Amino acid sequence: MGNVLTIILQRLALGLLTLLIVSIVIFIAVNLLPGDFAQSILGQGATPEAVASIREDLGLDQPMVTRYFQWLGGVLQGDLGTSFAQANFASFSGTTSGATTIAEQIAPRFGNTMFLAMITAAIAVPFSIILGILAALYRNTVFDRATNIFTLSSISSPEFFLAYILILFLAVLNPIFPSLSNIFEGMPFSERLEKSMLPALTLTLVVTAHMMRMTRAAIINLLASPYIEMARLKGLSPMRVIVKHALPNALAPIINVIALNLAYLITGVVVVEVVFVYPGIGQLFVDSVKIRDIPVVQACCLIFATAFILLNLTADIMSILSNPRLRHPK
Amino acid sequence: MSDDILVKMRDVWLEGRSDETWNPIINGVDLTLKKGEVLGLIGESGAGKSTLGLAAMGYTRDGVKISKGTVEFDGIDLLTASAAVKRELLGKRIAYVAQSAAASFNPAHKLMDQHVEGPVQHGVMGKGESEEDGMELYRKLRLPNPDQIGFRYPHQVSGGQLQRCMTAMAMSCRPDLIIFDEPTTALDVTTQIEVLASIRDIVEQFNTAAIYITHDLAVVAQMADTIKVLLKGDEVETADTRTMLSAPTQEYTKSLWAVRSFERPLKPAVNAGSVPVVSVQNVDAAYGTVPVLHDVSFDLHEGRTVAVVGESGSGKSTTARCITGLLPPTAGQIMVDGEVMPPDYRKRSKDQLRQVQMIYQMADTALNPRMSIGQIIARPVEFYLGLKGAEKRKKVDALLEQIELEPSQYYHRLPSELSGGQKQRIGIARALAAEPKFIICDEVTSALDQLVAEGILRLLARLQDELSLTYMFITHDLATVRAIADEVVVMKDGRVVEQGPKVEMFTPPHHAYTDLLLSSVPEMDPDWLTNLLTERGVDNIGDAAVDKM
Repeated sequence: MGNVLTIILQRLALGLLTLLIVSIVIFIAVNLLPGDFAQSILGQGATPEAVASIREDLGLDQPMVTRYFQWLGGVLQGDLGTSFAQANFASFSGTTSGATTIAEQIAPRFGNTMFLAMITAAIAVPFSIILGILAALYRNTVFDRATNIFTLSSISSPEFFLAYILILFLAVLNPIFPSLSNIFEGMPFSERLEKSMLPALTLTLVVTAHMMRMTRAAIINLLASPYIEMARLKGLSPMRVIVKHALPNALAPIINVIALNLAYLITGVVVVEVVFVYPGIGQLFVDSVKIRDIPVVQACCLIFATAFILLNLTADIMSILSNPRLRHPK
Repeated sequence: MSDDILVKMRDVWLEGRSDETWNPIINGVDLTLKKGEVLGLIGESGAGKSTLGLAAMGYTRDGVKISKGTVEFDGIDLLTASAAVKRELLGKRIAYVAQSAAASFNPAHKLMDQHVEGPVQHGVMGKGESEEDGMELYRKLRLPNPDQIGFRYPHQVSGGQLQRCMTAMAMSCRPDLIIFDEPTTALDVTTQIEVLASIRDIVEQFNTAAIYITHDLAVVAQMADTIKVLLKGDEVETADTRTMLSAPTQEYTKSLWAVRSFERPLKPAVNAGSVPVVSVQNVDAAYGTVPVLHDVSFDLHEGRTVAVVGESGSGKSTTARCITGLLPPTAGQIMVDGEVMPPDYRKRSKDQLRQVQMIYQMADTALNPRMSIGQIIARPVEFYLGLKGAEKRKKVDALLEQIELEPSQYYHRLPSELSGGQKQRIGIARALAAEPKFIICDEVTSALDQLVAEGILRLLARLQDELSLTYMFITHDLATVRAIADEVVVMKDGRVVEQGPKVEMFTPPHHAYTDLLLSSVPEMDPDWLTNLLTERGVDNIGDAAVDKM
């Protein structure tokens, strides 16, 4: 097991290094955005004096390197900073009022996004894997082709299009789920679940194709192996051959694709959130970019990057653990 | 009498698909197997042995079909039976033992879980009962630690042990028929003996019928009651083992029997003062922190062949890697023509690199599949000799002629269009293109059929005489050693345990390990295994195991 522990620690260190590099990239990229907060907030009536004064207030007149280290130092101490909008024009921004720090501002939004991601994952992951197994079992049959066509067309369609189709069929024609997902704090779980159902289903349609096709491909890839032939020659049923003998050896690539898609559920759901008016982190992110609220944008980016790296790290570790050679060394 | 018949195959034709056309694999072969009988199925690769063996189970691999004929097992027509009926027979009454146990055990499950799967799924035994029975079988197959070995994963068990575990797994439902598909081909000779003895013994004990597929005549002589010889999908002849060995009637069978006759004349002893072409001096080597070679020393003299023998993992190929500079030794040195070589190949001059060339075991993977034969051979010609244009072409043609392939026919072909033996010849030509003094042949014949292998050995011998080449011949096959070596180096666990001229090595007294190696090589005598086991003090492995219980 010591072997596995070393590998995991190595991955963890690499993950931290990646995060540091990402923080630099985020900082530079955000600062390359044309215009800044002072200009965008003052709009047409900006006088050079007013702009300079706001910049000085917010520390925007400092050199970039200094600002980066100030920001990084804060982040390392758990302080994501204060939103420009909140700090100076508390009443201006469309974001939640009352919160003073970014952490307080992001926390509920992030919680909502995670809630949606988890519901989607709970539906999409088992669904795709079962679909993938069945497609591998009945490969090259009508079922297999139909599954492929269905998942590929849903991934090829724009998310808002899928969202509106679902709204049409599940909210308008058959009012099963509400079309608006305006959830708020203190809402009971069942109601939250009901309101989040349509965005979750939309996202399921988007992420299923990758996971299902990887499951199918990874299993079929193994079907020519001698141990699969052996399993067949032991007279086992085709289902057992696939689930018991092929699937455990196909886990590593499947886990990696699942992790990529889960990361997408956290970082790439902006459009779906906007369509369903779901108060997630994606909406906050878009709003903050619009008004060049740099600390919030940076904080969101950093959270996205961390989620991405953590999920990939988990996937790596789980792939390693799925290999009995590493779990049980000689 | 007919009640005794277990397998009846009549006029079976099998076809395999390649490039959208169906090509014949087996052409109208009959096969009859009585209960408790062992049939040996032999032939070269491509003869269709495995395909026929699997067809006896009513099974074909993807891309293979039975186009004509009947296959009956105990009166059940396997070709018309439904998938469910066949599944009921497979594993329960008909079992299969594959060539590579390492590849045929599922890496994700423990051995015992795979062992009990058959009995449990077929409803023959409960899990607990089947586990008990598995341990019993492991004990009968003389596996070390029979009560615990089943609870390991396949990668934690050695190849020979895995092969016995697979035999135990095949036995788990006490089938009436087992198909053994080259079960010992991937094993070292010393391990092979144990597996052969275990298999023979357990098949006798349970009176199981078996089809034993192999390309090794000496092995089949030990195992089978009857032998059937196949050639390119046709049956050559069938006879009981003793008749077949003593009086084969067909020319092809006789030629198979005669292969082992090739032997080079002895060369005079090396002059005491002559400088060796290559000298390996006190070499230690390690992979990472794992030491692999310990104080390896031997000399190779001009125009001679040194065979390096030993089991897998004994350090033969690692020694070759040290000589070529692919793996810099941790201690000791390599000398070529009395000159110390830089340990790392990257530090060697082009001329130093040119002196040492290699020919590989798997010609398939050692040739770039996207380059034509001409390009493959032209590369070293250009790189080492600096030839260009017409001169280069002339040299390549000359090399092709040297390896007995017509240049105009082969120059533009791709490796995939050649047979195994021809590919290996291209490997030789590529090594010769550098005009080296010294060539390392790493198991160059072990992937080839005996007749083809003999052709390669004869070619190498001729080239040696013409160009006074020095060979280091890595092999685990002692018949090859007998055929071509002048000197022999025996390796075990990264050390040289014995070395000397071939004649000395093959005459007693030997080092204990050399003796074990030599005596483990199967001979054509059908009583060889029985006699050997008696000699080694175990006359019946099963009984010995039972006694211990």
